[in-house]
Amino acid sequence: MAVAPSEQGPPWGSAAAAEGRVLPFPGQRRTDAPAPVPRPSYSQERQQAVAGYLFVAPATAIFAVFTLLPVLYAAYLSFTNYDVFTRQDWVGLSNYQAVFEDELFWRALQNTLVYTAFSIPIGMLLGLGLALLMNRQMKGLGFYRTAYYVPVVSSMVAVSMIWIQLFDPLYGVASQGLEAIGLRGVDFLGDPALAMPSIIAVSVWKVLGWNMLIYLAGLQGVPDSLYEAARIDGANGWQQLRKLTVPLLAPTTFFIFVTSLIGAFQVFDQVYVMTGGGPANATTTLVQQIYNAAFKSFDMGYAAAMSFVLFGIVLVASLISQRYGRSEVEYQ
Amino acid sequence: MALADQRLLRQQTYPVPIAPVRDRRRAPRRGPLAASVLRHLFLLVGAAIMLMPFVWMISTSLKPADQLFTVPPTWIPRELRWDTYVKAMGAGNFGRYALNSLLLAVINTISNVALASLAGYAFARLAFPGRRVLFVLVLATLMVPYQVTIIPLFIIIRHIPLAGGNDLFGGGGIGWINSYWGLTVPGAVGAFGIFMLRQFFQQLPKDLEDAARIDGAGELRIFLQIMFPLALPAVATLSIFSFQAGWNAFLWPLLITTTDEMRTIQVGLTVFVQQYSTQWDQLMAATVVATLPIIAMFAVGQRYLVRGIAFTGLKG
Repeated sequence: MAVAPSEQGPPWGSAAAAEGRVLPFPGQRRTDAPAPVPRPSYSQERQQAVAGYLFVAPATAIFAVFTLLPVLYAAYLSFTNYDVFTRQDWVGLSNYQAVFEDELFWRALQNTLVYTAFSIPIGMLLGLGLALLMNRQMKGLGFYRTAYYVPVVSSMVAVSMIWIQLFDPLYGVASQGLEAIGLRGVDFLGDPALAMPSIIAVSVWKVLGWNMLIYLAGLQGVPDSLYEAARIDGANGWQQLRKLTVPLLAPTTFFIFVTSLIGAFQVFDQVYVMTGGGPANATTTLVQQIYNAAFKSFDMGYAAAMSFVLFGIVLVASLISQRYGRSEVEYQ
Repeated sequence: MALADQRLLRQQTYPVPIAPVRDRRRAPRRGPLAASVLRHLFLLVGAAIMLMPFVWMISTSLKPADQLFTVPPTWIPRELRWDTYVKAMGAGNFGRYALNSLLLAVINTISNVALASLAGYAFARLAFPGRRVLFVLVLATLMVPYQVTIIPLFIIIRHIPLAGGNDLFGGGGIGWINSYWGLTVPGAVGAFGIFMLRQFFQQLPKDLEDAARIDGAGELRIFLQIMFPLALPAVATLSIFSFQAGWNAFLWPLLITTTDEMRTIQVGLTVFVQQYSTQWDQLMAATVVATLPIIAMFAVGQRYLVRGIAFTGLKG
């Protein structure tokens, strides 16, 4: 039975109709349309649907096997004592209980929170400042953009290697620079009080260019006319920044904030390479604890439980920021 | 993209409302001379700080041995010792590591571009039942932290049926552990790429494909001959991101590779530092090899990157 898709056909037919692709009657000419568009026949729509499924099939299959399945599997594992080799017994909530009783977990959580609390605001403020300085036509713009972006494209492992040498207590550029102003023998990565700040500094240095680039893209969406109006009203630069630029960039700021938040809670590479979590666990992070539990002591169930706790933290943090951070500003 | 450095992408991966695209730069607004000088001064000092570690890297990789550990540090080598590179490449099997990384990056790029553009196109332009639900599901995978999936992913890779000595039910062998399959397949396509290309395909005019359909072209031909070539700016951006993610990937290759000849360059670097931590020159030579290809790629593709971000509304 051939049902005219534009009238009561399958849902995709009506969607096509709603988008104005389908004309009510065969052969009808629409005056506002640039060219006559014939109504797709039923077989054409079926062909399109089949093609649609075939086109998304490979990607969907890979997602199903390598993302969806692992998430479900992780949920199950977190209730077992799976150790890769011998056991896989149901242990109920005892993994979660063990996580909350683990002193190292709390230490790692504390470190991760400190890392997040400092690296995000510093990185965002500096990124915004750079974008404001560069949001104009000037000489050397391409050079500046490249210079600030090079750390972003380099691998965290590689730049951590370089910073290990720069931070060397005896021959490093950084510690010798401090010696020049009278501070002797500063050991950036070996001193428990300095290790985390040093890692934060390297991380900000690494991500700064990305924040700058996104803010630059956001600034291009701010219309000039608003600034002209503000100037006519006698607003000075600082007032324009506070009352116009910052509120108008709110969606960009929100985007950077949430993505940085997710990234910060997952900090691992630089810690793994630069300090290995030390000295005295001063820089160990949640992901490093997960890594150690899973791939050093092969306590997969415990590691899975810890990763779900991390997931919960990230989710709650994202939801809170979504709740309070998403203010839509309309000035037009 | 599920690979480790896709956390870089992950830092960028979050569905965002699409802002109106504005490709033109703002008209010049030159301030007074003093302000301009101050601005350049500030930016130059900043740029020097950003680039200083890379200058150190290159300088150290070329220094003669007696200039490695000096007080104050040596920035300009007395002579350039290129043979350090030869030594470093030989010492840690680095040629092999670099080859593995190149392979991973190239495969990651090709598979991401192919699969994400197919899926992105279908989500944007082809009508099929369940399209919306599937797309939301794909987007939702962006929110799952990588750490949640990495342990089970490892177990799944180990139990791939009929691979690496496994039987039909995935037991008995090591599956895809320590293989190129295990290295590349989990990251073969990313939600980020699909999202980005869908946004791009959505803004292309409808007339093109309609005309082709009237001519009786099949959907695959419409995609390959008409739509894909139009998406090249977005494809270029995704290529840069994917190549970078593959080349810089660390955590997943660290877990999945167990023998020396399967290591990637980022993993090889961390092993190298444990064995040769005092050979600063060789260490930096290896680091140059690990970073230079990606910096070169960025230098070539940066204009696409900026444009692609503006196009897809990535900025928020």
